[in-house]
Amino acid sequence: MIQLTEITRIFHMGDQAVHALNEINLSIKSGEYVSIMGPSGSGKSTLLNIIGLLDKPDSGHYELDGKIVTDLSETEQAQIRREKIGFVFQTFHLVPRLTAAENIELPLILSGLAPKERHTRVNEALLAFELQDRAQHRPSELSGGQRQRVAIARATIMRPTAILADEPTGNLDHQIGAEVMTLLENHHKTGTTLIVVTHDRELGARAHRQIAMRDGKIMIDQANDTI
Amino acid sequence: MTLSDTLHLSFKAIMSYRIRSILIVFAMALGVAAVIVLTALGDGARRYVVNQFSSIGTNLLVVMPGRAETSGSFPGMVLGQTPRDLTLKDAQLIGQLPQVKRYAPLNVGVAELSAANRLRDVTVLGSNANILPIRHMKLAQGSFLTQGSGHSAQIVLGAKLAQEFFPRTNAIGQRIRLGENRFLVSGVLVPQGESMGFNTDEVVIIPIDYAQSLFNTTSLFRILVEAKSHNQIQSTKQAILNSLKQSHDGEEDNTVITQDAVLATFEKILHALTLSVAGIAAISLIVAGILIMNVMLVAVNQRTTEIGLLKAIGANTTDIRRLFFMEALWLSLAGAIIGFLLGQFGSLLIRLIYPQLPAWAPIWASLAGVVVALITGILASLLPASRAAKLDPVTALSKK
Ligand SMILES: Nc1ncnc2c1ncn2[C@@H]1O[C@H](COP(=O)(O)OP(=O)(O)O)[C@@H](O)[C@H]1O
Ligand SMILES: [Mg+2]
Repeated sequence: MIQLTEITRIFHMGDQAVHALNEINLSIKSGEYVSIMGPSGSGKSTLLNIIGLLDKPDSGHYELDGKIVTDLSETEQAQIRREKIGFVFQTFHLVPRLTAAENIELPLILSGLAPKERHTRVNEALLAFELQDRAQHRPSELSGGQRQRVAIARATIMRPTAILADEPTGNLDHQIGAEVMTLLENHHKTGTTLIVVTHDRELGARAHRQIAMRDGKIMIDQANDTI
Repeated sequence: MTLSDTLHLSFKAIMSYRIRSILIVFAMALGVAAVIVLTALGDGARRYVVNQFSSIGTNLLVVMPGRAETSGSFPGMVLGQTPRDLTLKDAQLIGQLPQVKRYAPLNVGVAELSAANRLRDVTVLGSNANILPIRHMKLAQGSFLTQGSGHSAQIVLGAKLAQEFFPRTNAIGQRIRLGENRFLVSGVLVPQGESMGFNTDEVVIIPIDYAQSLFNTTSLFRILVEAKSHNQIQSTKQAILNSLKQSHDGEEDNTVITQDAVLATFEKILHALTLSVAGIAAISLIVAGILIMNVMLVAVNQRTTEIGLLKAIGANTTDIRRLFFMEALWLSLAGAIIGFLLGQFGSLLIRLIYPQLPAWAPIWASLAGVVVALITGILASLLPASRAAKLDPVTALSKK
């Protein structure tokens, strides 16, 4: 359960203040599938970063699973990111010198899981995302779709309660993008909350709930009746 | 994140930036090796000098004419005063002191040594039989100038001279001419080589009164004295000075130096030299530390998005700081170990090339080299590591 109340985020560019988020109120229940759309600069990424505890609002409350997380210490926020949230980025953000398997393993390492357990979990993930024969390849040896599959495997390996994807198909061609969306949706079907920022109307329409933003405000927030 | 995972991940990072890592490790290793090799050289030199100086005698005191002035003038050059010469009588007085085990008067000069068809200038020592034990010299064959046998014209040859003048025959019992006088070779010294810039293999020793008439003098160059024990060196020195003062009408116109004091001075000077050389070498470690800091700062900059990603997937500031800290630690640890081995190897090489020089790095120097390397590495990593930890994840992730 994600509960945002009057969330405002202001960036200062010189003496100009940009309201990236302007008193946002938003509530997302556990297990929802939400797409966020809107023109570039409308505050989509900023919203996702605040939900993912990567960024702090300048004012407002953020309640996650019944707990106010806005004022938690950096270490506590890191722990929530580690255990409850999985990020997927447009540019994949894989560590270039690590293999696919090692990239997937990273969150498990950060959580201090024993190597043996890690190994089983990584192998399961490699299997689930059809990456077995790419396990020992470095990101530079993988296609865009494969890289994003590694990134999704990494985002889901900790079994988070929410997956936040910021234009996950932005760097992929249409068909591969649709496949990646399907992978995310499959994971959503196991009960995970899925929030996807996208430019692609067609992909956005696949979500059960669609949010449209403009100038730091939510303009439209509607359930998708067609599903 | 567990410690072993932190170690493992940072080690992996080092291995994947290989050239960078090799350069840093090399710089660090050179610094550590320099500290070790240079202190090995310095301490080797110290030990060499001490050994050499100890080898010339035990509990040795040297009496010389003239007073060593602290005002900076030359011994005995005090205004309107000519120093009184040391004489054989002085030597005998000294010999009667209870603290003195033995004494040897000494005259030194150069004379022409000739036999058969050979001829050369040699250094002549005039003394008595005590010169041998006092100066730690030994006879290879024959006998030394028998004590008190001032009238038998005996001569003892250095090993090399004996070989030169009598290559085929036994030198003992042969006649040889020194200046205008004829001598009978009574003994040959054991070859000793050079010690303290003086080669006993190329000297001859004759009785002191022959030497004095050869050089036409009644004064002595030095009196060598051996104290009965190490504890008595100071009291012996005092007794000698008192005794000479009395016989010289109350004038303190002699100087006694003790082997002990000279040795201590040598040790002090050479130890200070070793320390300063080690200090200079340690500067190269600081330079290596600055290099590590610089390279780590560049690494943080290059890996900004990676740091942002690590934060996004749940790494906290401590994790990030430790990762970069460990990277620097690995680098300086490798540098320290390799440098230590290089340094020991370098010292070994020096010992092989100059066997006389006991070039062993003292343990404190090896330890200091390694520890300073580690500390510099750690200090150098603090700034880059904390800069990495403080990076804002959103900005870090959006960096191109
Ligand atoms: N770090 C930042 N510094 C200054 N302005 C920023 C920063 N991040 C975002 N902004 C501004 O905030 C607004 C919203 O940005 P963003 O959330 O990235 O939009 P979107 O993801 O919808 O394209 C934009 O005007 C952008 O220029
Ligand atoms: Mg964006």
